[in-house]
Amino acid sequence: MSELSVDHLLGIKYLTKEDIALIFQTADHFKEVINRPIKKVPSLRDITIANLFFENSTRTRLSFELAEKRLSADVVNFSASSSSVTKGETLIDTVNNILSMKVDMVVMRHPNPGAGIFLSRHVNASIINAGDGAHEHPTQALLDCYSIREKLGEIEGKKVVIVGDILHSRVALSNIFALKLLGAQVKVCGPYTLIPKHIRSLGVEVEPNLKNALEWCDVANMLRVQHERMDISYFPSTREYVQLFGLNRQLLDSLNKKIVVMHPGPINRGVEITSDVADSDQAIILDQVQNGVAIRMAVIYLLASKIKQV
Amino acid sequence: MSQKVLLASKEMNIILHRLACQLIENHTTFENSVLIGIQPRGAFLANRIYKILKEEYGISQIKMGQLDITFYRDDFRRGEKPLEANKTNINFVVEDKRVIFIDDVLYTGRSIRAALTAIQSFGRPSEIELLTLIDRRFSRHLPIQPDYNGRQVDAVNQEKVKVNWKENEGEDAVYLISKE
Repeated sequence: MSELSVDHLLGIKYLTKEDIALIFQTADHFKEVINRPIKKVPSLRDITIANLFFENSTRTRLSFELAEKRLSADVVNFSASSSSVTKGETLIDTVNNILSMKVDMVVMRHPNPGAGIFLSRHVNASIINAGDGAHEHPTQALLDCYSIREKLGEIEGKKVVIVGDILHSRVALSNIFALKLLGAQVKVCGPYTLIPKHIRSLGVEVEPNLKNALEWCDVANMLRVQHERMDISYFPSTREYVQLFGLNRQLLDSLNKKIVVMHPGPINRGVEITSDVADSDQAIILDQVQNGVAIRMAVIYLLASKIKQV
Repeated sequence: MSQKVLLASKEMNIILHRLACQLIENHTTFENSVLIGIQPRGAFLANRIYKILKEEYGISQIKMGQLDITFYRDDFRRGEKPLEANKTNINFVVEDKRVIFIDDVLYTGRSIRAALTAIQSFGRPSEIELLTLIDRRFSRHLPIQPDYNGRQVDAVNQEKVKVNWKENEGEDAVYLISKE
């Protein structure tokens, strides 16, 4: 088997098509493992992983922690709110202190774009980016693509629309990179205020009308409206947003085909997606969550196998 | 590189039938027994034994699975390349079953050690036995011996024993390959 071309997972834009194929193939095996009566393998017994979360997260953090534990790695958790970061320690100092306790791998979420890349240049450990500001969230894009592959057989040639707050979304950017790399066609849909100015340079089209976008696509990825990142008003009211960009049962049934509905979570029920859509058989939201553990196991396993034995 | 034929197609066929018969001696109807081929190469042997038991000796109730041991191996991060995983396919419960591990070549015993750990993820078997086509004696690292064995081979560590299968390599044969 080939190995990953990278030593860190900092973003999808550093990966090749072969890397993603290898991750998916490995994830297939781990998906079988996590459906066994005993869901644990001893591969990473001698690896210690630090989860550094400088920003809130429930799902990603749990998913990473489960993935690490199911590979038998030792896990230490760290969240910024309860740490010395609040006392003024720099990022490199914080991480180097943790690494001197013999940690082999760092999973980091950070509010600043590029934090993972910066860290990978200055510390001696494998870094996995679990979200850096509005930049990238590579494992989310990998699990989204993996879920599409699982549902539709392949990604090449499929039409995917990403709906909502593209501007603040690292999920959108990583998804665009991954989907384009794997040969899908991508459109984004949302209020113009939430669509970055140069998004077309990534090879995606902008469709301002949700109904048109849904008629075109095979898969709709509904992003969460990130109120916490909105320092100014990007649309007049939530009610107006729901009317123009919310996905409801009526709209879904008016299409002449059955599309796949995805959501990276957490869901604002009744905003970007109504409850009856989120709980329908067209939504694969919970499959995404399950696949997330398998994908993260694959990424950790493949990166850990590149850490040299000393 | 030179290679020597250890077993040709005809001898292999005789041995496979003998192994199948020895299994029947111990397991009779295979009511509570399951065959587990160790991935990747043991699966071919398991398949053959399964076919012989089913088609030539009329044992219909027999269950077979494939077990991949990659994630249980003790040499993770010790080789140049990452270890390649294979498919595990065990769609029955092994709890209280008599499990028969099947692998083509028994060498250091480390694969079987990994398999013994791996199978526990599927339940607690009442008993585990080991069937191998080739036993490379004197090269064991662990106290593991086969219960059913095709042929014992004395090979030094630089040599490699390769088992070919008709369905994969186009012929049934066992070779001793030495690098010189």
